[in-house]
Amino acid sequence: MAEQLNVQLVAVEEKVWSGTAEMVMARTTEGELGVLPGHAPLLGQLAEPGQVRIKLPGGEQLSYDVAGGFLSVSEQGVTVLAETATPAAAASGN
Amino acid sequence: MAAQVRVLRQRIRSAKGMKKITKAMELVATSRIAKAQARVEASLPYAQAVTGVLTALASNASVDHPLLTPRERVRRAGVLLVTSDRGLAGGYSSNAIRTAESLIARLQADGKEPVLYVIGRKGVSFYRFRNRPIEASWTGFSEQPSFADAREVGETLIKAFTAGADDTDGDPGPDGVRGVDELHIVYTEFKSLMTQNPVTRIIGPLQIEERPRSEGVLPAYEFEPDAEALLDALLPKYINTRIYAALLESAASESAARRRAMKSATDNAEEMIDKYTREMNSARQAGITQEISEIVGGANALAASGSEV
Repeated sequence: MAEQLNVQLVAVEEKVWSGTAEMVMARTTEGELGVLPGHAPLLGQLAEPGQVRIKLPGGEQLSYDVAGGFLSVSEQGVTVLAETATPAAAASGN
Repeated sequence: MAAQVRVLRQRIRSAKGMKKITKAMELVATSRIAKAQARVEASLPYAQAVTGVLTALASNASVDHPLLTPRERVRRAGVLLVTSDRGLAGGYSSNAIRTAESLIARLQADGKEPVLYVIGRKGVSFYRFRNRPIEASWTGFSEQPSFADAREVGETLIKAFTAGADDTDGDPGPDGVRGVDELHIVYTEFKSLMTQNPVTRIIGPLQIEERPRSEGVLPAYEFEPDAEALLDALLPKYINTRIYAALLESAASESAARRRAMKSATDNAEEMIDKYTREMNSARQAGITQEISEIVGGANALAASGSEV
């Protein structure tokens, strides 16, 4: 894929992860959501407890358990705001 | 003479002991400043992101939220005071308390009743000693605050602020809780290693800055759930982050103040050791001189008496 997303995952106490990705998947209070490059601007509150999965260009996938999170998609990229974010135990590469 | 030397030697020993302690505290404080500054740095991305999201939200949605609307009549004003848990930090806590006191005097002059929220043992004991009521207090994290601490404080304050909405004069209103109509925070701003200033800020109601945008129209955001619900969820978090930032900055200031206080204590101890060492040496020398002159005097007396016989 040519286009990529700029992704930032920030928790209150520190920046957890940032980089480029192919797709970000998260569950908002309204439902599951996948963000691809070129997505319309969006602000969403993440479901509690929530998991954010970031699909990297190489096909790898990162997942984080996120509490008190928000998702913001803008032209500049995707920002996930969280009170706490910890790497999920069962992060698999599918 | 020998007694005086012994006393001085004792004093030097205790001054040296004190110096060791103050030097160690100075070093600990120095490393804590760096740590606190790093944590301030680490919290910036989130603060910027939240501000960005709120800006987007405020420019897209109608801004009408209890946390954003100033109350018509302010009866009670909450004051959150950030002080330290431990002393030996120079004027750190007392400066913050003094600033809070002048804010309280100003609020009272405006006919508002101040309600105190205190962080740090020093502030708590100041008000407790004077028998002044404290609405709530938190202690034990002034040097290394975590976000969980800030959230606990923030939730209490927001609850009080929300409860204040239906208060009437002298009456707690339908919910039976006397809340507050304004929230102030007094903390110590970290300017540099040498300068820390206590400052007063309003954290509730939040003020929105209207700014003309230079770069064209804002993108139309989609909201999940709707904008009002998002604002409802985000604003308390924003206040929590503001409190967290204030706590971090206060922690850095506290360590800087403690480092400075301990540095001058170490310098003073060194000076004292020098002074006592000099005194001890001259006392010892005086003792020796006296002994010699006594011996010489005695020998002379013996010689004089011997020649006579």
